[in-house]
Amino acid sequence: MFELSILIPSILNGVTTGGVYALIALGLTLIYGVLHIINFAHGAALMLALYGVYSLKVHLGIDPYLALPIMVLGMFALGYVLQRSIINRASHGKDENILLVTLGLSIMMENVALLVFKSDTRTIETAYTLSTVALGPAMIALPKLVAFAGALLVSGLLLWIMHATDLGRAIRAVAKEKHGAKLMGIDVDHVYALSFGIGLACLGAAACFLMPAFYVNPMVGNGFVLVAFTIVVLGGMGSFAGALLGGVLIGVVESLGGLYLGESLGQIGIFAIFIVVLLFRPQGLFGAKA
Amino acid sequence: MSLVQKDLLGIAVFAALCACVPVLSDSGVVLNFLMMALYAALLAQAWNVLGGFGGQFSFGHALFFGTGAYSQAIFQLQWGLNAWLAFPLAIAMSTGVAVLVGALSFRYGLKGSYFALVTLAFAEVFRILALSVPFTGAGVGLMLPLQESFANMQFSSRKGFVYLMLGLVSVALLATCWLRHSRFGAYLQAVRDNEDAARAIGVNPFAVKLGGIALSAALMGAAGVFYVQVFQYIDPGLAYGPGTSVEALVAAIVGGMGTLWGPVLGALALHTLADLTRNLFGQLPGINMVIYGLVLVLIVTFLPRGIAGFGQAVRAWRHNKNG
Repeated sequence: MFELSILIPSILNGVTTGGVYALIALGLTLIYGVLHIINFAHGAALMLALYGVYSLKVHLGIDPYLALPIMVLGMFALGYVLQRSIINRASHGKDENILLVTLGLSIMMENVALLVFKSDTRTIETAYTLSTVALGPAMIALPKLVAFAGALLVSGLLLWIMHATDLGRAIRAVAKEKHGAKLMGIDVDHVYALSFGIGLACLGAAACFLMPAFYVNPMVGNGFVLVAFTIVVLGGMGSFAGALLGGVLIGVVESLGGLYLGESLGQIGIFAIFIVVLLFRPQGLFGAKA
Repeated sequence: MSLVQKDLLGIAVFAALCACVPVLSDSGVVLNFLMMALYAALLAQAWNVLGGFGGQFSFGHALFFGTGAYSQAIFQLQWGLNAWLAFPLAIAMSTGVAVLVGALSFRYGLKGSYFALVTLAFAEVFRILALSVPFTGAGVGLMLPLQESFANMQFSSRKGFVYLMLGLVSVALLATCWLRHSRFGAYLQAVRDNEDAARAIGVNPFAVKLGGIALSAALMGAAGVFYVQVFQYIDPGLAYGPGTSVEALVAAIVGGMGTLWGPVLGALALHTLADLTRNLFGQLPGINMVIYGLVLVLIVTFLPRGIAGFGQAVRAWRHNKNG
């Protein structure tokens, strides 16, 4: 049962999946860290992005990896508009309202997708879908390896933007002290919308990396939404390093849970972690005490 | 007339009006509409107890609904209990789960978004468990054999179910009326408005919130029992999936949280809207839920106090305009 030849591939698989989870969670944690809101529509937005990649491939023949710039820009625009035109207006300064509005948005997105694409599960065919790479004793699917590398790259880029550019400084200033930032001439609503846009742009990138080895249906976001929340809560709300490590950790837990408990029961491990962390250490592993 | 008497009179008039419908009409469409609207009102009123009066927004109320539904089915199928006897036991199971989840969450001070997420996670854990353990029938679900008789709580006509549901909604309304006028209800609202201030004047927020979640879950469990008795079937997705949680929450918020009639109004409005769209667009999958989501966004944006708060909003607007 604990044979290394089974264990190591399973862990490596978990790590690669975890890289994509981390990318999804990074978007969520950025939105939380800056806007102090919980974006409940994160899973549904990922689902839309997956359909975007699917449609580009099927209708225009654009390879998922080449679709990356289109998806990142498209999701960024969607996020900017959603935040500026709907979420910001609905908040009335209360957290619960944002939770409810993003819930409403996610219900709408899921069911519009159901109307347009029907409930069928769809996949795409690429030349590399079934290619594998030998990593020591493990055979890892090539798309998963690309996804892991891509997720790390995008995460690094995001960290660079946050720490080395004026945009990143403005975002961090608004996150820390929005009134002070306003007095310094920063357009707070604009920065909020930019942050929400960047958060969703992460999903656009994640969708490009996921789609070659994954599938899409209207409810696919549900599976990710709790996983992403678990990672963000585990790593500490608003912490980038926490999201990266948390993502990999959750990927491994899911993979091992699936190995020892079976596909459906294996998911319980994630939710158990979620509940335990929420109860006993809601600030997460890296977060500051609220 | 005191405020309590006004509320009670309102409930009596409402119950009497609804009770007239099955006497006057034999139409299956009318009876079905009334039954499902009342069912939605019960879900909304159950959510309103904890969300509206207690200020604790649960995203996983299906947890209590599903537990009630599964218990009712299991007590009958596997223990051979009579349906009427299983009913209170199933409600006790829902309440028990609620006290457990509530004790854990409130003990560690989970509030706001965190509470919403943890309830969602608990519902999801129960859904996966129900998919995996044998006594819930796993993915296949549980089916209740059709044995129509009053003794089995399976009425041969829709009318029986309408009266049963009307009784449950009336109980929920009476419970809400009690929350509006009792000491416990005042404590619950005080904790919602300002927990620290409530604690400072000697209210125990933990105990009060626990009471709130227990009452809310009991009503939700009753809805689950009703569901199983009417449709004679339950599976993990129906029981613990997000659909029921969303339906309860949206109707309560659309109608007006923390009010007596808001959830009933909200349920009626949404149900009418759902029927209208079905007539307009036919059976397009998902169109109902698109509308639910849209209504939720619109209400939170423009009418954060719901339909019941509309009158107040208009008065306040006039006042501001004149003053």
